[in-house]
Amino acid sequence: MAAMTSAEGAPGAPSHARSDIGEVLHAGDRRQRARRLRLILVAVLLCCIAASLATGAAGTSLWAALWDGLRGQEVALSDRIVLWQIRLPRTLMGMGVGAALAVSGALMQGLFRNPLADPGIVGVSAGAGLGAIAAIVLGGLLPAALAVPLGIYTVPVAAFVGSWASTMLLYRVATRAGRTSVAVMLLAGIALGALTGAASGVLVYLADDNQLRDLTFWGMGSLAGATWTKVGAGMAIILPALIAAPFLARGLNALALGEAAAYHLGIRIQRVKNLAILAVAAATGAAVAMSGGIGFIGIVVPHLLRLASGPDHRDLLPNAALLGASLLLLADIISRVVIAPSELPIGIVTAILGGPFFLWILLRQRGVLDL
Amino acid sequence: MTLSASLSATDITLRLRRTTILDQVDFTADPGEVTAIVGPNGSGKTTLLRVLTGEIAGQMAPGGQVRMGGLDVVDADPWVLARRRAVLAQQTALSFPFTVLEVVRLGAEGPGGAARALAALARVDLAHYGGRLYQELSGGEQQRVQLARVLAQLDEPVGPHGPRWLFLDEPVSALDIAHQLQVMEIAADFARRGGGVIAVMHDLNLTAMYARKVVLLQQGRCIGAGPTEEVLTDSLLSRAYGCDLRMGVAPGSGLFLLPQSAQIPHESSDLELRS
Repeated sequence: MAAMTSAEGAPGAPSHARSDIGEVLHAGDRRQRARRLRLILVAVLLCCIAASLATGAAGTSLWAALWDGLRGQEVALSDRIVLWQIRLPRTLMGMGVGAALAVSGALMQGLFRNPLADPGIVGVSAGAGLGAIAAIVLGGLLPAALAVPLGIYTVPVAAFVGSWASTMLLYRVATRAGRTSVAVMLLAGIALGALTGAASGVLVYLADDNQLRDLTFWGMGSLAGATWTKVGAGMAIILPALIAAPFLARGLNALALGEAAAYHLGIRIQRVKNLAILAVAAATGAAVAMSGGIGFIGIVVPHLLRLASGPDHRDLLPNAALLGASLLLLADIISRVVIAPSELPIGIVTAILGGPFFLWILLRQRGVLDL
Repeated sequence: MTLSASLSATDITLRLRRTTILDQVDFTADPGEVTAIVGPNGSGKTTLLRVLTGEIAGQMAPGGQVRMGGLDVVDADPWVLARRRAVLAQQTALSFPFTVLEVVRLGAEGPGGAARALAALARVDLAHYGGRLYQELSGGEQQRVQLARVLAQLDEPVGPHGPRWLFLDEPVSALDIAHQLQVMEIAADFARRGGGVIAVMHDLNLTAMYARKVVLLQQGRCIGAGPTEEVLTDSLLSRAYGCDLRMGVAPGSGLFLLPQSAQIPHESSDLELRS
């Protein structure tokens, strides 16, 4: 305290004062810690990528192939196919889906000013699912003028529209005069999930045998179907959302004080909210279109990061992309290994890991949350 | 004081559904002094402040106008306004576990932001609280942190476009007497250094001590606006609050003091009662 006042200009020991300011800054500002964490997360992600490329049902060894390639020897054709056509797209898809789910979770929590908001929990993923199912079942009915330019993007775009509509609806229902009620948000999410589930059921009932097969594969929540085409189509939607997210960080930080305070700080609130909803819808929609329902990444990742380095969205959003990608790759590796050579759907793995974690968050916060 | 430097509110009417919340409110506030908005509960004080800050200025009935040093508040961009005025709300709930310093820095970005934030925290006696979690502070401490954030946002009371404005909504209601005085001193100091201060006040003693000008509201109407001693009179106050209030003068200090008697009058009273 005394040192602080001397820092304000009164004669005193300036060097002492400066070190005191440094201490206060150090204690109160966690951005440096967050940046160091980002380096660690990049390293972790690289390890996860390597592990994901090295793991699989086939006996292909990533390291042997790399070593052969480096020495100028020809890599066996089967190994090249396994690595290039199967494991690499699968790994990229895992990274994209994991990053998309984690970032949309963080964005949604910032938008709803609520650490429990998550696309999976409040029915946004279900809305995306309805869009994807509708595209698979009714896609043939699209007029050629629309179907041809959409092409491989039909399913992800439909999922995007579905998740956008459900996010908008949810926001309208749960938010009044800038305040979101947790209870209304969760209950509206349940209603939304039931509605989209029913509509999806009707569509599944209408589907023919081929479409049913597609739906089943898609619905299991798996990265197994990864192809370059699928990865390309999904990434084209996910990447813009991931790139846009950090630009919303300042606005979301200010929104943590409430809409009025954010406005007073100079934030164009409506624009931030619209963009955040759009980014959530794009990321969730494309992720769901690529890999079906994978839960809990969107709530676990931001929560862990807030514990580690604080809630500043400028760091939270990029770090969430990194940690989400790593976690999903890890879950995918587990799903490939535990019952090899068959695979456990990855949605089951994230649910087993994330479910208890979610309960733990609830236990920790039930005193704070005014449900 | 030049006219363009003042804050002028002209013909402010605001209706919510069928209810008229503000009815043709007119007043001018000058930089360099504290202007208080007073009135009973539900008289529209906070709503008037929200119009003045631009937050709900767009909802005004046509014809109303708020000008802040030549700037039309209704049409101004949020970020333009944010450089000219800052607003302290009655209470601010925070949805994520930010530290005190992080909260203050929400108002002080860019180079020098950290130093500004620390100086602002020192102003409100919370210099050593920077690393604490905001949500773990008491209500009064949280309010002072928010004041620091608001001060850090404005930096100096006078900017390149003229005086800056500090809007305070019941800034002292959660504070003990020492911190009430401290916060009012900070506001008065901001005004002495050339800035403008508009504060919604409940405590008429503090109002009499610190405000040079008072706007008195009753049921959305402005029933008095002008120098403090002309507005804080027995008759106007009694009329506004519907009870018998008398102003006095403290010998020596020259301060106004309140009240001689504060009984709610009976129905037979000759005072005009407004529910």
